[in-house]
Amino acid sequence: MPQSILKMKNITIDFPGVRALDDAQFLMHTGQVHALIGANGAGKSTLMKVLSGAYTHYTGDIILNDKKIEIRSPQDAKELGIQIVYQEVDTALIPYLTVGENIMLNKMVNGMGKRQFIQYSQIHKEASSLLERLNIHVSSRRLVRTLTLAEKQMVLIARAISRDCRYLILDEPTAPLSNTETDQLFEIVRQLRSSNVGVIFISHRLQELFEICDEITVMRNGNFISHNQINEVTIDSVVEKMLGKQMEEQFPTMEREVKEKVFEVKHLRDDEKVEDVSFHVCAGEVIGLAGLVGAGKTEICKALFGESSHLEGIVKMHGKTLNIRNSNQAVNYGIALVPEERRKEGVLVEEKVSTNLTSAHLSSFVRRFSFLNFKKERTVSAEMVEKLGVKTPSIETKLSNLSGGNQQKIAIGKWLIADADVYIFDEPTKGVDVGSKKDIFTLILELAKRGKSIIYASSELTEIVGITDRSYVIYDGKVVKELQTNKTTEEQLLFYSTGGRDS
Amino acid sequence: MSASSNTSNSSSSPKQNKQSFDFFQFLYKYGTIITIILLIVIFSIANPAFLQWSNIENILRSISIVTIIAIGLTISLSVNGFDLSIGSVASLANAVVISMFVWYGQSTLIAILVALVAAILVGLLNSFLIVKMRIPDMLLTLATMFVIQGVALTYTRSATISENMIMPDGSYSEGMITDVFSLLGKAPYIIILMLVIVFIVHIFLTYTKHGRYMYVIGGNEEAARLSGIPVNKYKVLAYVLSALLAAIGGIVLASRVMQAEINAGENYLMDAVAAAFIGLSVLGAGKPNALGTFVGAVLIGILANGLVMMSVPYYAMDIVKGGVFALALAVTYYKLK
Repeated sequence: MPQSILKMKNITIDFPGVRALDDAQFLMHTGQVHALIGANGAGKSTLMKVLSGAYTHYTGDIILNDKKIEIRSPQDAKELGIQIVYQEVDTALIPYLTVGENIMLNKMVNGMGKRQFIQYSQIHKEASSLLERLNIHVSSRRLVRTLTLAEKQMVLIARAISRDCRYLILDEPTAPLSNTETDQLFEIVRQLRSSNVGVIFISHRLQELFEICDEITVMRNGNFISHNQINEVTIDSVVEKMLGKQMEEQFPTMEREVKEKVFEVKHLRDDEKVEDVSFHVCAGEVIGLAGLVGAGKTEICKALFGESSHLEGIVKMHGKTLNIRNSNQAVNYGIALVPEERRKEGVLVEEKVSTNLTSAHLSSFVRRFSFLNFKKERTVSAEMVEKLGVKTPSIETKLSNLSGGNQQKIAIGKWLIADADVYIFDEPTKGVDVGSKKDIFTLILELAKRGKSIIYASSELTEIVGITDRSYVIYDGKVVKELQTNKTTEEQLLFYSTGGRDS
Repeated sequence: MSASSNTSNSSSSPKQNKQSFDFFQFLYKYGTIITIILLIVIFSIANPAFLQWSNIENILRSISIVTIIAIGLTISLSVNGFDLSIGSVASLANAVVISMFVWYGQSTLIAILVALVAAILVGLLNSFLIVKMRIPDMLLTLATMFVIQGVALTYTRSATISENMIMPDGSYSEGMITDVFSLLGKAPYIIILMLVIVFIVHIFLTYTKHGRYMYVIGGNEEAARLSGIPVNKYKVLAYVLSALLAAIGGIVLASRVMQAEINAGENYLMDAVAAAFIGLSVLGAGKPNALGTFVGAVLIGILANGLVMMSVPYYAMDIVKGGVFALALAVTYYKLK
């Protein structure tokens, strides 16, 4: 296949109340990995949705090999060899069909011609050879339902290249992956590059872009900012371009006083993932639960929140033993959990911003006989939106109209209003851009300053080092090490979280 | 970043206001109400008697039972549930309340209370199986629909219960339906009862903490759970209230016809479903709501009444009714797309 060039020129697209793209530009060749980055709401995903035919009301030109092309439906894009793998892999897969059927879905639907019967042996043969080509070790006869998230993603990549694929868009593919899985994905990406596929790679993890990408395009507020070879830029200069200003110290510092022990967990275990977890946290303290993806952090957080079955162990607050059997009790005891899967578990996308913000603490917004105090709800919501810097036209806006990062801020804001004693944050910065990350860190430290106890679970070890006072390393559902953060390094955390032991 | 984003927002929002009038948005919000007005105009031109007070009273009386049952359904819809058993619960309550009078000679209060208690038991059974056994609500209530229907039939031995009926032992029943009870099904009481129920449930769903919790659960159950809302408790409440209102519908029906026919409540299920779903879009609510359900019931009532006045044969009525329902849903879901 000869090298081909893809250009997008002066792409503009409007949504009600927002101009999502404003004269955006993009240029790339096949046989390269091209990073596309920008803060939340910068328009990366929108630009790629235009390219893949999901948004059709754009203005501007798309040029492939000096020929102007029209992409006005996903079908158009696919026929031109532009394939996309979205971040939400589950929406693109049919769980109760096999891997092979999912990979060959397109052929089963469009490539049948006049034939009425499906030749499964052929389907599985072709699917297996695709999987083999990508070095993916998944049987084509397994049900997609039984796959891990990483495997599902690989199945989608296999589907994308099952037809003519000149350009492959990967929208934040590494966000839910563990380190090993990320390495596997990069192996596949390299393979695609060497077979002359142009890979567009969207990610918030700047580090990994330097590992895998050749070129980089930065966007901000719907505008094109820059296009460089990756070796011409550094992380700092990229961040500067993304934010439009110099990056200050990413982790704010705040004078805090660590007081008495508030929350204590002893020998916590459930019958699934959590095994013997003990830790404590004091008033005004931020502790980290560090560990790789899949280490069991989420399970521990959920268990503390009464969402786990057959829980054993002792949970104490202010010296009193708690008996948490469901999340309602946990909230009553003064525990708050900002869950990892915010869109699924943290927010109501079909409801207004204000309804979302007050949903965890509605009892403080009622007058006599449980009647709602709408005025107070509006005032407090508006304050919180202001404080969090949420980009929203008004507090009456439905959450589904906000960008992902802003929805996450709402999910956190909900608990700030709720006023608990112990806050559990599960990967609070997942999918959040650098600018908003700092807002979130500031909020968390402010909580600690007010004497709250913070449990910060994250696989981003930089954040653990940057924000916590003490940290516990989780490996395989167990606490394997307690560390004083100011005496530790990222390398040390990584060592323990990958199963390293003191000799 | 926030400074620049704010300016981009404020500069783009006037653009939104200027943006052309969205026809489907308008239709979504006001379509049902416009349809009602149109129908009233058409019917009153076709037959001036349509607008006479006696006929309006007639319409309101005819929709009151559907409305009461549909309001119960609205509550179950608000937690993203679906109670299909309301028709049979109405049948059961109807049978129980009449039998209390006719077979057992009970007082009005006792008769009504026993019927309500029976309904609460059904609601508890429904919610237990949904919440604890985790059976999908629509399937479960489909199952209980049959069970309750069967219970009602067995209880009445598949016979119509009325005053002076022949008992199995050959004698005539001696119990009488009280005069107070018979008032319940007559205008204006039946209409007042309906309006009071619509009003109370509207206040409950929109202005109280509990109603808000129900909508939160309906919007995202997992998020509601992790927000500390006692999800199961509210689901139980929703299904009990749903059954309770269905029973009130059945009791009012009993008062109106003064007897218990077999499966009398069944016919109300589908009308109630239609009313509640038409109501989703009223004034752009986008979610189940009591006022919308009432408007939906009014639409159905006007349609039925007007068609009768225009001498459309009763057997062709369902064609029109179904057609209007489909139209209302088309408007709702076209917008949602």
